[in-house]
This record gives sequence, structure tokens and C-alpha cells, in this order.
Amino acid sequence: MTDIDRLRMAKELLVALERGDDAKADKLLDEIASIRETQLFLEVGRLTRQLHDAIRSFSLDSRIFELTESDIPDAKERLHYVISMTEQAADQTLTVVEDLFPVAQSLNQQAHKLAGNWERFLVRKMPYEEFKGMSHEISQYFNESKRSLETVQNGLNEILMAQGFQDITGQIIRRVISLVEDLETSMVELIRLSGTKRATANAATDHDLPGPAVPGIDDKTGDVAANQDEVDDLLSSLGF
Amino acid sequence: MKILIVDDFSTMRRIIKNLLRDLGFTNTVEADDGKSAMPILKAGGVDFLVTDWNMPGMTGLDLLKAVRSDPSMAQLPVLMVTAEAKREQIIMAAQAGVNGYVIKPFTAATLKEKIEKIFERIEN
Repeated sequence: MTDIDRLRMAKELLVALERGDDAKADKLLDEIASIRETQLFLEVGRLTRQLHDAIRSFSLDSRIFELTESDIPDAKERLHYVISMTEQAADQTLTVVEDLFPVAQSLNQQAHKLAGNWERFLVRKMPYEEFKGMSHEISQYFNESKRSLETVQNGLNEILMAQGFQDITGQIIRRVISLVEDLETSMVELIRLSGTKRATANAATDHDLPGPAVPGIDDKTGDVAANQDEVDDLLSSLGF
Repeated sequence: MKILIVDDFSTMRRIIKNLLRDLGFTNTVEADDGKSAMPILKAGGVDFLVTDWNMPGMTGLDLLKAVRSDPSMAQLPVLMVTAEAKREQIIMAAQAGVNGYVIKPFTAATLKEKIEKIFERIEN
């Protein structure tokens, strides 16, 4: 249907209306409307096709379902675990520091006091009775400093162990980052959806090893050792 | 006694290194994955290997297999310290010939116990 055809029909319609030829005018109007309808049908058909393809490829892309149904809630729990692990490590470290502070302070005070008395002894300004008291105090100080330094050493070891959270949480966060990347890919694909389905790069290579077991997620199926004892039991059952 | 510690997280390497020092092992070397560990092992002189599993480049399991298949170090004691806790993986490591398996997070006592056990077995 060209513009000239349409112009011709419009002129004929005008002439028919001027003449009062209703039958002719109605016929022309129907003709013009049917042209519009055909185009509309074609357009609706095309859109339906597009929607159908989009829905089809959407359901074919199971990754996005996996992402929304399990991976994202899963990631949320993993991140909560990261929060609790970092909190635990900070708590543990702060507790040790708070416990060790008074130990160091008391050792320091006693050393100062003894050093002062020792000076007086060296310049021979100390009566014999006081010297006897001081030598007793020095013995006591040695005993106490031995005990205190053991406490300090244990505390330092505890602080050292508490830093293990960085490894575990780092591994978990890396996984969540790779999930976010997967999600990004899927979103971009969803936006691009116009019937042609792009082959998705399989990002699953990182997931070959499941990584740190997060309590409440990974231990649901019972195929994960919940603690070192279970590892030991399993290994001894294998003859270790 | 020279000990090679392999882990991609430097904090974990430091923790293990300090724990080993506390146990009296002061001669340690470090590598951040299997690939960088191999030349150190091949150069010789390493008496004990402590390795993580999940590392970029070359995993601890592949490192273990490489060690076991090389006649010059097939007898090297290997302790795996890893967050991988799936039963099938523990079995996989056992089949590959690991001498001990510690899951993260671990305690100083656990690491000590496993290391002592490995040395005990070697001495007998």
C-alpha cells in the first residue's frame, strides 16, 4: 500500500461524503481500517513471537533460577557467617588484650619499685632488715613474672590463632564475588534478550572445590565433616 | 628440620609459621601455591610439607600427587591444612597419600597433635 494509493482512497472518501453516497463512503472506510488492522496484527504477531522467545530462553537459562532461588540466599548466609567470624576474631583479640594489659601493668609497677630499692641497696643506703624484705620481694617477683610471662605467651598465641578468620572469610568473600559476577552476566543477558541466546561462559570452574563449610548451609546434607574429630574418625576408618 | 608451608593467604602462612616456631621448628620456608612450591621441593632439603588445598595455580592435592609421583620426594610427610571439609575430599586426599588432615579453622593444639603424630609414625 503506497502513499499514492492511500491519498487516492482519501480523495474518493471525500468525494463520496460530499455526494452523500453513504454506501460508498462506508466501504472506503472499511478498506482503510482493514489496512490499519493488518499492520496492527502483524505488529502484535511480531511482539508475541518476541515475548514467546524471550520467555523460552528465560526458562532455558536455568542459571538465573539457580541464582535467585539458592545462590543468593546462600550468599547472604555466607556473608552473615563472615560477619560472625570477624566479630568473633575481634572479640577474642580484644579480650586477650584486655586481660594482658593489667598483667603487663603490674609487672611494670613491681619492676619500678624493685629497681628503686635496688638502687638504694647499691649505694648502701639500705638497713639489713629492709634488705631481707627486699630479697624476699625479688624472689616473689621472679615467680610472678614467670607466671605472668606464660600468661602473656598464651595470650599472644590466642591472638595469633584468632587471625585465621582472614583466610576463611577471604575464601567465602571470593566465592560471593564470583556469584555477583555470575549474576551480572545473567542480568546483562536478560537485558539483551531479544530471541538470540548467547552462550554463557561457564563460571563454574571456581566451584570445583566447595571451600569453607559454612554452618547451617554446607552441613545440611551430612557429607561435610563438622569438626576435626569427624575428620579424624573418617581417616581412622580408612586405616589412618 | 626444614618445613615448607604452602598457602595462598599470607596471614595463614604466618599463623602456621608462628605455631611451628612455638613447637620448636624454626626453619621454615613459604610458597603461595603448588606451582611455586615445586621448585623449592625439587631443590631439596625440605623435611616436611604443610599445604592448603584450594589455591590458584596449582592446588594442594595436585602438589601432593606430584610429590608422591616423584621418587626423590615420594616419602616426604605431607600435612594438609584446609577449609575443605567434604567427606569425599578427605577421602580423596587420603587416597592421594596425605599423612594428616586438619580442617580450618583449627586450634594450636590440633596442629601440634597432628604434627607429633606424623613424626611419631615416621620414627617407628
